[in-house]
Amino acid sequence: MSNSDIHNSGHQPHGYGIYFLVWLALLALTALTVTVAGLDFGALTVTTALFVASIKSYLVLKIFMHLGAEQKAFKIFVIVALFFIVISFVLLFSDYSFI
Amino acid sequence: MSTLVSNISNNGHTNYLDYKGKHDGLKGWIFSTDHKRIGILYLIALLSFFAVGVSFGFLIRLELLTIGKTIVEPQTYNAFFTLHGVIMIFLFVIPGLPAVFGNFFLPIMIGAKDVAFPRINLLSWWLYIVGGIMVIISILLPGGPADTGWTFYIPYSVRTGTNVIFTGLAAFILGFSSILTGINFVTTIHRLRAPGMGWFKMPLFSWALYATAWIQVLATPIIGITLLLIVVERVLGVGLFDPALGGDPILYQHLFWIYSHPAVYIMIVPAMGVVSEIIPVFARRTIFGYKFIAFSSIAIALLGSLVWAHHMFSSGMSSTAQFVFSLLTFLVAIPSAIKVFNWTATLYKGSIQLDPPMLYALAFIFLFSIGGLTGVVQGALSVDIHLTDTSFIVAHFHYVMFGGTGFGIFAALHYWLPKMFGRMYNKKLAKVGFWFLFVGFNTLYFPLFVMGWLGMPRRYYDYLPEYSIYHQISTVGSWILILGLIFIYYNLIRSLISGQKINDKNIWGGETLEWQIESPPIHDNFHEIPKVTSGPYEYKMNDEELEKEVK
Amino acid sequence: MSAQDHVIHAHRDDVGARMGMWLFLFTELLLFGGLFFIYSVYRFINQEQFHLAAKELNPIIGTFNTIILLTSSLTMALAIAAIQKKNKGLSIFFQLITILLAFGFLINKFFEWRVKLHHDLFPGSEVLLNKPKGEILFYGLYYVMTGLHGLHVIIGIVLIAFMTRLTIKNIINQDSYVKLEAAGLYWHLVDIIWIFLFPLFYLIT
Repeated sequence: MSNSDIHNSGHQPHGYGIYFLVWLALLALTALTVTVAGLDFGALTVTTALFVASIKSYLVLKIFMHLGAEQKAFKIFVIVALFFIVISFVLLFSDYSFI
Repeated sequence: MSTLVSNISNNGHTNYLDYKGKHDGLKGWIFSTDHKRIGILYLIALLSFFAVGVSFGFLIRLELLTIGKTIVEPQTYNAFFTLHGVIMIFLFVIPGLPAVFGNFFLPIMIGAKDVAFPRINLLSWWLYIVGGIMVIISILLPGGPADTGWTFYIPYSVRTGTNVIFTGLAAFILGFSSILTGINFVTTIHRLRAPGMGWFKMPLFSWALYATAWIQVLATPIIGITLLLIVVERVLGVGLFDPALGGDPILYQHLFWIYSHPAVYIMIVPAMGVVSEIIPVFARRTIFGYKFIAFSSIAIALLGSLVWAHHMFSSGMSSTAQFVFSLLTFLVAIPSAIKVFNWTATLYKGSIQLDPPMLYALAFIFLFSIGGLTGVVQGALSVDIHLTDTSFIVAHFHYVMFGGTGFGIFAALHYWLPKMFGRMYNKKLAKVGFWFLFVGFNTLYFPLFVMGWLGMPRRYYDYLPEYSIYHQISTVGSWILILGLIFIYYNLIRSLISGQKINDKNIWGGETLEWQIESPPIHDNFHEIPKVTSGPYEYKMNDEELEKEVK
Repeated sequence: MSAQDHVIHAHRDDVGARMGMWLFLFTELLLFGGLFFIYSVYRFINQEQFHLAAKELNPIIGTFNTIILLTSSLTMALAIAAIQKKNKGLSIFFQLITILLAFGFLINKFFEWRVKLHHDLFPGSEVLLNKPKGEILFYGLYYVMTGLHGLHVIIGIVLIAFMTRLTIKNIINQDSYVKLEAAGLYWHLVDIIWIFLFPLFYLIT
C-alpha cells in the first residue's frame, strides 16, 4: 500500500497539457486587459479590468492551485475568506460613498 | 526493532511533566513541541505579563486618587495607560484562553495526540515571547514608551517622539503569533478529531476556539498591515495616513477597528466556551441548547466582524455608515444573549455546587451581562455621542474584558489547573480570593460608569472636584482587587509546590475527554485514541427526571 | 504496513498540511486586502489625480512583468506535475526556471524603481511633495504595494530554492511532495496578487 494513496486521497494529478492551456488563457486575458485599457470606456474600464483579473485568479485558483480537486471544506474556506473581504469592503464604502 | 518501537510508545505513556524528549531541563521545555508543555509555557509568560499589566493599572488608579499630580507627571501617565493597554490586550486577553487552555486542552478534548502543526505551535510561543520582550524593552529605550494609547491613532502616532515604531512592531509580531495559533486550531479541529467525534459531539470550548481561530486568521492581518504602515509612515513618510500629505486619519481608524473590534470577540468567545464547560459540570445537567451555543459562537464571529465602526460614531463618518453600523451593533447582542439564556436555563433545576470554578463562571455571567448591556446602550447613536471618550466606555470595556474574559481565565485556571499539574489548590483560600476579586472589581469599575455618565473623560490626567469621590472609591477598589489577585496567585502557585496530589482522574465529575485521562496527562494524552460514542455533557439523570423525560 | 512505518508516519497528513497552507494564504490575502482597501478609498476620493500619476508608470514594463510572473506560475505547477509523474529531473528543472523567472521579475522591478528614483519620485522627495495630494497618495501606495509584493517574491525565491534542495536530496519525492505543493500555493498567491496590482497601477491612464 503506497502512502500517497492514504495521504493524498482525492488528488488526481493533472496532465501537463491543461497547465499550458491555462497559461495560454492567462496570457490572452492579459492581452485583453491591456487592449481594453487603451480604449476609453470611461467608468467601465476599471470594472472590466477587475472582471478580467477575477477570471484570471479563478483559473489560477482552480487549476494551478488544485482547488478544484480539493475537499469541499477548502472551497468553503475560500468563499468565507472572500466573503469577509467583500463585506468589509462594502461596509467600509458605506462611509465613503455617502456623505 | 520491536523493542525500539515499544520504548518509544512507553515513553509516550509517562506523564508529560516527567517526559524525557530530545532535550532535558529548561531546553526540554522551551524547545518542546508538546502542546501541553507549550500551554504551560504560555501560562507562565501570560501570568507574568498580567502581573506587569496589573501594576500599570494600579499606578494609573493611584495617580487618579487626587486632583492634579499624585505620583507622576502627565507624560508618564500617558505612557502608563498605553503600556497597560498594550500589555493587557496583546499579551494577556488576546492570547489568554486560546494559547494556554486551548493549546493544552483542545487536542485532548477532541481526542488527538497533539495539534496539527506542533512545530509552528512552538514558533508561535517564541514570537509571543519576542513581542512581549519588545514591549518591555520599549520602556527602557531612549525616547520612552509609546504614549498614544493602545489604539495608536493617527496623526499623533506619527508625530510623537516616543518609541511607537518599537511598540507597533511588537504588536505586529504578537499578531503573527496569534495568526499561527488560529491556523493551527482550525486545521486541528478539521483534521484530528478522534473516531466518532462528530462536529456536534465536540465540547463547546472547542466550538468557541474554532470560531475564535477564524477571526484570528481573517482579521489579524488587517491590523498587521495597518501597524506596519504606521512604521512605514514614520520612517519614509509615504503619506498614506498623514493628513498633511493627503492621507485620511479616519481611514486609519476604520482599518484599526476592522481588526480590533473582532479582536474583542477573540477575547470573549473562548471565555464563553469555558463557561459553557463549567456550568453543566457544576450544575450536573446536560447543557441546554447545545447547538444554539455552538452556532452562536459562529454567529458572534460573523456579526462581530461587521460592527467595527461603532467605535467611530463621533469621528466624522457618513450618517449612512453610522446608521448601518448602529443597526448591526444591536444584532450582535443577539447571539450573546442566546448564550446567557442557555446558561441560565442549564442552571435551572440543576444541583448546583459552588466550587471555585463555578463561582467564577457565575460571576462571568453577571459581569458580562452588565458589560454587554452597557455596550448595547452605546450602540445607540444619540447616546454614544454623549458617552464617547468618557470613563463609561472604560467601565464597559473592563466589565466585558476583565469581568468577562479575565474571570473566564480565572475560572479556567481553577477548573483545569488540578488536571494540568495533578495537584489541588486550597478551595477555601480560592473562595476568599474570588470574593476579594469580585468585590474589588465592582468597587473599581462601577464608579467609572457613574462618572462617565456625568461626563468624566477617559485617559485624562486631571479632573474636576465633583468627580473626586468616584475616583477615590475606584482607587480603593483597585487595592481590594489586587489583594484578591495576590491571594489567587499565592494559592495557585503554592498548590503546584505543596498542593495535595490527586489520584482521581475526574475531580469535578466532568464528561468531556480530558476528565477520562490521568492527572497530569501522559505525553501522548491517551493510551489509545478514544472512540467517541456519546455527546460531551450527557449526565445520567436520576430516576425522577428520567420518568419526566419519558412522559 | 509494518509497526515502524506506523511510528514514522504517525503524524503525516498531507490534506491537513495543505489546509494549513491555505489558511496562511488567507492571512496573506488579507494583508494585501488592507492595502487594497486603502487604494480603493483614495482612488475613489482622488480619481483624476490617480489617472494623472499613473501616466508616469510604464505599462510595457508592467505587462512584461505580468507575463514573466504568469509563466513562472506555469513552471511551478509543472514542477509539481512532474514530481507526481515521478520525473525528479524535470521537476528540478521547472523549479529552477521558476526561480530564474522570479529573478527576472525583480530585475525588471529594480530598473523600474530606479527610473522613478532618477526622476525624484520617491516618498518625501521635493518633486513629489509639490504634486497634488492625490498623486502623493498614488506613489505612496505604488511603493508600499509593489514593495510588499516584491518582498513576497524574494521570500518565494528562498522558499522554492529550499524546495529544490529538498527535491535533490530526495526528501521531496513522488510519494511525499506536500512541501513542494505548499511552496507552489504560496507562489501562485503571489501571482494572483500581481494579477490585481497590474491593472490597478499600470492600466488606469
